[in-house]
Amino acid sequence: MGTPSVLWNVAKKCFTVGVITLTVSDLFASIVPVRGASMSPTFNPKTNSLLDSLSDDRVLVEKLCLRNYKFSHGDVIVFSSPNNHKEKHVKRIVGLPGDWVGTIYDVVHVPEGHCWVEGDNSASSLDSRSFGPVPLGLVKGRITHILWPPQRVGSVDRKIPQNRVSSS
Amino acid sequence: MRQWKIIAKEAMARASIIAKFFGVLHVTNTYVLSSNHVMGPSMLPTLSITGDVVLVERVSHRLGKLGSGDLVLVRSPLDPKRNLTKRIVAMEGDKVTFSLDPTRSHSSRSLVVPKGHVWIQGDNLYVSRDSRHFGPSSLWAY
Repeated sequence: MGTPSVLWNVAKKCFTVGVITLTVSDLFASIVPVRGASMSPTFNPKTNSLLDSLSDDRVLVEKLCLRNYKFSHGDVIVFSSPNNHKEKHVKRIVGLPGDWVGTIYDVVHVPEGHCWVEGDNSASSLDSRSFGPVPLGLVKGRITHILWPPQRVGSVDRKIPQNRVSSS
Repeated sequence: MRQWKIIAKEAMARASIIAKFFGVLHVTNTYVLSSNHVMGPSMLPTLSITGDVVLVERVSHRLGKLGSGDLVLVRSPLDPKRNLTKRIVAMEGDKVTFSLDPTRSHSSRSLVVPKGHVWIQGDNLYVSRDSRHFGPSSLWAY
């Protein structure tokens, strides 16, 4: 019972905890911070430019929706950016495959296997109006609850914009 | 009372072994190596039509070491539950020239692959549905 065996036990415990945490966060749910003001007032309603990382909202992302890729209008999702797969964005689904979505200039058809996302804060949000429909394979999870800050803990509701989408 | 405690302890020990096993299995399949059964005519003659079991390694994509000529497994842009096996023909920034239907016409089109995307084609150009039909595919790992 010397130091090497204690270290080995600690290492084994760390490895086990790490592997199980990674598996749970990949397959069931994880907690992520949301940065930026593109989803105000749902997340980060205070739009001061000194948003330091402690005051960002922390949200619960559930991954069970990735089994069947069945989403509804108004779900808030986390997805990898189509232009840079290392970045992740948080936006709301406005159009599902087959819908016709009205933007300012024209009406866009959402192709099969894709979705149309927009941020709640239309003025400062880079979303499908800039980079087009997002393939559903890039979606990494659905946000169901806000966990931080304590005064805004609660579930994230579906918000469906009126008169902009026609499903077929 | 003590019997329940002993049984509970043993159940916890067994459950933790199973949890560890599934955890290691998931991490290996998602981040290191996994195997897949692929089938279809779009990659003849490289892969057979009745099905091959292939080894898929996931480390190169994270390190950014994918390049043209690599065989990749991607999620279909038309149906996220299906996987496609294709070859990368062009990376982001490259110019790609292709003809939509080699049997019908000689006309070809060219375009530049946008940032964050790759151009994938099946080896069997006559029956493969690939980037020539659905456009460049966003660089996502399986």
